[in-house]
Amino acid sequence: MRSDKASRLGFHLILLFFSLCSVLPFLLMVSSSLTSEEALIRDGYSFLPRSLDFSSYSYLLLQSQEVLRGYGISVLTTVIGTVSGLAITVLYGYALSWEGLPGRRFFSFFLFFTMLFRGGLVPSYIMWTQMFHIKNTLAALIFPNLLMNAFYVIMAKTYFSANIPESVKDAARIDGAGEFRILLRIVLPMSSPILATLTLMIGLGYWNDWMNGLYYISSDKLYSVQVLLNKMLMNIQFLLSGVAQSSGIELSNLPATGIRMAIAVLGVLPLLVAYPFFQRYFVRGILIGAIKG
Amino acid sequence: MNKTKKGIGRSGPVKILRYWPAYLMLLPGFVYLLINNYIPMAGIVIAFKNFNYQLGMWKSPWTGFSNFEFLFRTSDAWLITRNTLLYNLTFIVLGTVLAILVSVSLNEIRSSAAKKVYQTSVLIPYLISMVIASFLVNGFLNSRTGFLNKGILEPLGMEAVSWYSEPQYWPFILVIVYLWKNLGYQVLLYYAALISIDREYYEAAVIDGAGRWKQFLHITLPGLKTTIITLTLLAVGRIFYSDFGLFYQIPMDSGVLLDVTNTIDLYVYHGLMESNNIGMSSAAGVYQSMVGFVLVLLANFCVRRLDRDSALF
Repeated sequence: MRSDKASRLGFHLILLFFSLCSVLPFLLMVSSSLTSEEALIRDGYSFLPRSLDFSSYSYLLLQSQEVLRGYGISVLTTVIGTVSGLAITVLYGYALSWEGLPGRRFFSFFLFFTMLFRGGLVPSYIMWTQMFHIKNTLAALIFPNLLMNAFYVIMAKTYFSANIPESVKDAARIDGAGEFRILLRIVLPMSSPILATLTLMIGLGYWNDWMNGLYYISSDKLYSVQVLLNKMLMNIQFLLSGVAQSSGIELSNLPATGIRMAIAVLGVLPLLVAYPFFQRYFVRGILIGAIKG
Repeated sequence: MNKTKKGIGRSGPVKILRYWPAYLMLLPGFVYLLINNYIPMAGIVIAFKNFNYQLGMWKSPWTGFSNFEFLFRTSDAWLITRNTLLYNLTFIVLGTVLAILVSVSLNEIRSSAAKKVYQTSVLIPYLISMVIASFLVNGFLNSRTGFLNKGILEPLGMEAVSWYSEPQYWPFILVIVYLWKNLGYQVLLYYAALISIDREYYEAAVIDGAGRWKQFLHITLPGLKTTIITLTLLAVGRIFYSDFGLFYQIPMDSGVLLDVTNTIDLYVYHGLMESNNIGMSSAAGVYQSMVGFVLVLLANFCVRRLDRDSALF
């Protein structure tokens, strides 16, 4: 019995090690964002703030329009992208689950082939910029790549096929309900688990996206939080010059080291706060989509 | 093929008309895939052209295989292939080993509250974007204020390292960051496979006097075999694709490190956006698409023979 306890302790230690490794970098980030600039220059980033100092945040939130605008752009593109992405995903998946639909095999293959073969970045970039002229428009943060993903459509289709009996739909048809009405009033209310999961996965894709911004956005008016972070990582001066202008403080006197971490905290905070609430759907999304994702 | 007798006695067009709402539902997704996926597929012709922004994708003059000849005459072609393959192989091997270690440990402890805390913690890095990850890594590696230099090396009296300009450390850093970010995801998959192994096997093994290690070798590993092989094969199918974010963000696009950080995806990006070398860049992209396509088909063929349900098709 004793060896059993000892080995269980061993497993706890292993898990503790990996959990700490996962979480500690976030602690480093938060604590550094709360440390005064002098302490940061002297002692570097550390896991415990030696003295609490909120000046990085007050500069960012009060003096920088970039951060607030970034949040605005992120929220806007995430909402528009998620709602429309969810709609076309569900519609395509639902139609594919339709028994006996002529051409169903063709539409399945048409979807499926996109997972096997990709044109790649160069033709996509040239198409979006030359044919659709989306450079420096909000559309660039919404349309390329993120709107519909074959895996999610297949997840939706599988759910509808397995959980919505044909008899339920047939009964409604006999009552004279149209197909769109059946989808809205009968099928969707029976599908909340898959809808929640898809909403989360698509939404997370939008919230975390920085690549579309990297490729297609060069105007700082359209930077989402992630794009702003990306620019700042490469060049902290970009954001600071805005802060310096509106606060009237010399650029060199701004707490650049702390601000760098504070803005990263602001970027990740909404996710970390919401995580406990959506973890369930996130886990489910990974588990259903994983093998094929 | 669907073999129900529905629609018998109706002629083709009438039958199709009956399904008009379904086609209407398919339409937006169909148009999106056509634009977002199929036009770029046709656009791989760019690699066989002398691309000119004025003339565009279709009207630029053909050059045959010369872009490919140029590409494969450079040492870059070999370098990016090697890096992409070696990193991915390392990720597959270490990722699988660590994920099994952690998920087996999760399965061995009793307290469900502790299980939940551990599982939640290791999944957090998977949730965040690579940009945030890069800030976190910078917290450790920043040469002036990073924790490694200021918190460890200098207090120990050692010389600070300028991490972002020393290539020899980067294979390790990139592997660690990859594992850190993706471990939770893989643990989730293996843990799900683990809890579906019948407890009775373990009970019988205990009665027979088998220790933990023996149980692991003779029950757990065989129970995970299908999952391990399937996930590995699927990863092998994608071995020609690299995580652009990892190789672009984490080294902060540092040019000095390119020998050890350059992968096919990074090369395509630099050729397109920075050096404006569309020919080589698109040739590298097509090289990736083609080999990638063959590998996915091969991997899927193998998965299918092993476990039909896990196959993509």
